[in-house]
Amino acid sequence: MTPFRYEKPADTAGAVEISRRAPAARYLAGGTNLVDLMRETIERPETLVDVSHLSGEIRDIDGGGLRIGAGVKNTAVAAHRSVRERYPLLTQAILSGASAQIRNMASVGGNIMQRTRCLYFYDDASRCNKREPGAGCDALQGFTRNHAILGGSASCVATHPSDMCVALAALDASVQLEGPRGARRSLNLTDLHRLPGNTPEIETGLQPGELITAVELHPNRFANRCSYRKVRDRASFAFALVSVAAALDLADDGSIREARLALGGVAHKPWRARTAEALLAGKQPAETQFRQAADAELSAARPLPHNAFKIELVKRVIVSSFVALAQRKEASA
Amino acid sequence: MHFAINGRSYDVELDIRTSLLDLLRDRLGLTGTKKGCDQGACGACTVLVHGERILSCLALAVQYQRREIMTIEGLGTPNALHPLQQGFIAHDGFQCGYCTPGQILSAVGLARELQNGVPSAVTANLTDDAVEVTADEVRERMSGNLCRCGAHNGIVEAVLEYLREPPETGAAR
Amino acid sequence: MTPANPAMRRFGTIGQPVSRLDGPLKVAGAARFAAEVRPERLAYAAIVPAAVAKGHVIAIDAADARATRGVIAIMTHENAPRMGRPPRFIEDPDGTAFDSSPVMQDNRVRWNGQAVAVVIAENQDIAEHAASLVRVSYSPEAAKLSFQALLLSARRPASILGQPTEVNAGGDAEQALASARFTVDEIYTTPRYNHNAIELHALTAVWEAEDRLTLHDSTQMLALTVSTLARVLDLPKDHIRVLSPFVGGGFGGKGFFSHTLLAIAAAKLAGRPVRLVLSREGVFRLIGGRANSRQRVALGARSDGTLTALIHTGATGVMTGTIFPEQFTFPARHLYAADSLHLDQAIVELDIPANIAMRAPGESIGSFALESALDELAAKLDLDPVELRRRNEPQKDPTDGRAFSTRNIVEAYRRGAERFGWSNRNPAPGTQRDGEWSIGQGVATAYYPYYRFPGSAARIRITADGRAVVQAAAHEMGMGTATVQSQHAAQLLGLPLDRVTFEYGDTALPPSALAGGSTQTASIAGAVIAAHERLVEELLRLAGNDSPLAGAGPKEVETRNGGLFRKGDQEIGESYETILRRAGRDHAECEAVGTPPAEMMNYSMLSLGAQFCEVRVNDITGEVRVARWLGSFDTGRILNPKTAASQFRGGIIMGIGMALTEETLFDERSGRIMNPSLAEYHLPVHLDVPQIDVIWTDIPDPQSPAGVHGIGEIGITGCAGAIANAIYNATGTRIRELPITPDKVLAFTSQPYGQSRPLSS
Repeated sequence: MTPFRYEKPADTAGAVEISRRAPAARYLAGGTNLVDLMRETIERPETLVDVSHLSGEIRDIDGGGLRIGAGVKNTAVAAHRSVRERYPLLTQAILSGASAQIRNMASVGGNIMQRTRCLYFYDDASRCNKREPGAGCDALQGFTRNHAILGGSASCVATHPSDMCVALAALDASVQLEGPRGARRSLNLTDLHRLPGNTPEIETGLQPGELITAVELHPNRFANRCSYRKVRDRASFAFALVSVAAALDLADDGSIREARLALGGVAHKPWRARTAEALLAGKQPAETQFRQAADAELSAARPLPHNAFKIELVKRVIVSSFVALAQRKEASA
Repeated sequence: MHFAINGRSYDVELDIRTSLLDLLRDRLGLTGTKKGCDQGACGACTVLVHGERILSCLALAVQYQRREIMTIEGLGTPNALHPLQQGFIAHDGFQCGYCTPGQILSAVGLARELQNGVPSAVTANLTDDAVEVTADEVRERMSGNLCRCGAHNGIVEAVLEYLREPPETGAAR
Repeated sequence: MTPANPAMRRFGTIGQPVSRLDGPLKVAGAARFAAEVRPERLAYAAIVPAAVAKGHVIAIDAADARATRGVIAIMTHENAPRMGRPPRFIEDPDGTAFDSSPVMQDNRVRWNGQAVAVVIAENQDIAEHAASLVRVSYSPEAAKLSFQALLLSARRPASILGQPTEVNAGGDAEQALASARFTVDEIYTTPRYNHNAIELHALTAVWEAEDRLTLHDSTQMLALTVSTLARVLDLPKDHIRVLSPFVGGGFGGKGFFSHTLLAIAAAKLAGRPVRLVLSREGVFRLIGGRANSRQRVALGARSDGTLTALIHTGATGVMTGTIFPEQFTFPARHLYAADSLHLDQAIVELDIPANIAMRAPGESIGSFALESALDELAAKLDLDPVELRRRNEPQKDPTDGRAFSTRNIVEAYRRGAERFGWSNRNPAPGTQRDGEWSIGQGVATAYYPYYRFPGSAARIRITADGRAVVQAAAHEMGMGTATVQSQHAAQLLGLPLDRVTFEYGDTALPPSALAGGSTQTASIAGAVIAAHERLVEELLRLAGNDSPLAGAGPKEVETRNGGLFRKGDQEIGESYETILRRAGRDHAECEAVGTPPAEMMNYSMLSLGAQFCEVRVNDITGEVRVARWLGSFDTGRILNPKTAASQFRGGIIMGIGMALTEETLFDERSGRIMNPSLAEYHLPVHLDVPQIDVIWTDIPDPQSPAGVHGIGEIGITGCAGAIANAIYNATGTRIRELPITPDKVLAFTSQPYGQSRPLSS
């Protein structure tokens, strides 16, 4: 681990100010990803700005939504009564990620900002455009079983590893940011992470110094028909091969008022499947319908040598998830 | 830096990079907490902070000053074992013994999470207040603690017994 | 207060489920492992691994590293103390190295990840950081890295663990295969695996003087480490002491590798005690694992299932110039009565870290191929796979014709099938379902040879207060050695368990053979038996003419009830205390070496078992979950059912990992292991492990000391076969490539998704 300066500011504004002045700074919350990457010398911040004590509350917001502070631990989010009742998709997604110990440490902001698990990103003897822009990508012809099938580029085919973000993408969550000199803005989670293009080292739309302060969830009608399904190489404590966050809102006549679908493990960012969603809106739920939607969403998929299976796999999980949701009895919530 | 560990306070000068794990093992001689990967992937370094289980290898010590930290040494000693430690012996919940302190502290943390109604990925109904204690609940919740000797059955039995028959008060600290 | 272990006060605990005697220390975190001793002035080491697979180091720029505050020294091939080549295991009686390459003595890079520099510093963080600053330039050479591409150049090794590489029996097996009525002829592949004991490899090396070394090591090869070091360092053996009281898991992976010498050399160079704890990445890069394999199994059978031909051939990928081919054809040498046998192995030599013994090396992967093929044959014959095996049960060893010392596998199968409920299985594939899960059951034979190594010694000291100390430089890696040997010694000596202390893990004690080949229990038990015989003679001598035993010969007395008594007479005899006090002694002590393992020459000695399992295969995702397991073993007498059950279970769980989740990803372009991490190398987690039922025949082997067989390795054998066979039963899909991950299941199944079915909402 490269030596660093450690700062613990009193408030968010102070954190942003330190970060603004020290460009090679990183925000540190739970440390579950950053400390690991620092030990691997992939991350070499000169300054660590400890924000683990900031933005630590979950509260209702006007109009029925929920605001989750960026510093809230993943376990606390998953276990929160309002989240379990109103956004069970988020609870499921969080609980399917990592281990209990890691969820107790990891913050919401850190989960969003976690970096890829690409084997070549982690290996300093391999070429990686994320670590060293322009160096090349050894993953492309290497072990690509865990890599992207959607939105990849010749520069990078890494995937975003978060489960939580897949649920947040499906839920249309917005991310609250605070930048230098008190500049606050909001970004849809689906717009926060980027596709790699030619600049895979730029992973998010955050500006220098900007700090995630909260995630906001809007009221929704999916609580009774939503599911997060993760497929992985062992039963627990493994990153996703693919994951599917699906939600349905059915009208009184049984037709689909709105469908939500987001995919994990398939792209450089949590993949909001808007093509599929659009095809399902207004339709009567039927297996063929779901299959067509899945086919349409995945028609853009570009498999790599070892990951073509993900296309079929994610389609199957999409269809089975929606079928199960459509069949679910209206819960008496 | 100032630390509170197993009810004792420690003042030490530390390299800012020092993990909580290395602080315990190398600086304070509390070697019951184990290093199995230093990658946050095995659970051998599990300790409790205010009763919550965390991975001490991913924790920078500087962030854990003035928090109540408990290690295996604070749970019980060879001559005065905690009921869960006794259960691990009775059910042969270990072989080499290396992952064992982490498994045991993880189970103590698990018990508290259950008390607090924290659901898991195998919990059937997320809105229930109380989680039913089943073998699969224990397996899922203990999955962050790897064991290579293959003592999983004994571990799950010991943890289930502990969860189902809460020890008489006083025995557990 | 902790209740006393109730077994402790008992006599005769052999066969009793005694809890581990080292349990309180381990559950309290008070057992001290090799990285937890703390000599004065301790320095810390970190390794710089090579980034090319083959070539030469042409320059090492360590200026930044050296300038880092707290760095004590940087060791490279240019300044490392001179050391000889380590003698090789098996080949050399002193040797324990799998790879005899010199360590940091030249600028050659032999594999990607080999250590090219070691940084020694005041703490671990400084050492690791400085190691990251060392810049190494290489002159790379073309490396041999592709197993598949080099398969045609595979060559036959001179022998396999001293056994002939090729076995042919009963005529031309290929011919017999060609004319067989029913045949199976398939290729099976297994990947590289790593042991991944949870304890990282760790050493604390202390030079007590210029020519005296104390090594706190985590090793399952104490005595051989001393003899190897004596040669490498050119020191007398008694100037080297290795202590290893606790080993945090071994499985074949804890022993003498380059890291051993690196720590010792670093301590010499720094002039300070050095602790080297490999990072998890370091374990993958420096310590080899199980070699990958490509195996052919071909079976020819009559319609009644009896085999006319059994062919098992193939190749493994090993480091150039090493001698460990992984004996995957060994099971086929002893398991089935085929009319003709053709067994042969080859190696593909590669520029990779040397593969080393990993729990049932060869037998684990060989049994996957062989037992899968048996199942394929059973399906073709429409014959129950248990019955198929029964019909091919040999009366004598199929390879060499020797008699079996004991063989009760048919009984193990019968009892296992009954307990598992095998008869309830529907043999037609794809017929059992639970929602989106297909369910199936599979079976396979577990096999591991019986070995006992010569040369193990033990010392017994009886003290005048009626206690005994038994000493052997044995290894406790979790097998229960400390517990079981105490039980055995207590039983022999006629003492309650709490009067016996077993001391081990230190080369200052009488030397033991290595903990490998599932030999330790029998080897040490044999030595304790020999020492006990000497002790009886000594006690008789001390008892003298004033004793009621006067005139009795050693064969006429026995030790029981805390003393020496005339055989067959409850009354005549006296306690150890009485004998020693009268003789004016505070103790009697005897040391002896166990009898040579002649039983292995005279008999075919096997440990056997039947692995039954039930799997659930998800139709949508291809995920496989093991739902139920029963292992039924025939492994001689079981000394402690509690620790034995754990040994069996441990092997089975490692077998589940081998079958379903584990794989070391080796990039053939670079020779680099790409998943050197417990996050990406998937050991089974708790949720992957079902309740595992184990039973055993408990029939003592009349030929082995104490009637025992080693059981540390047999558990993993047969597992992958049983699982693959169960997946076939569940889905009709036969997967011949490990590990069986969801993508492979998906590739072979074509469950339709999204077919038009009406939704019931």
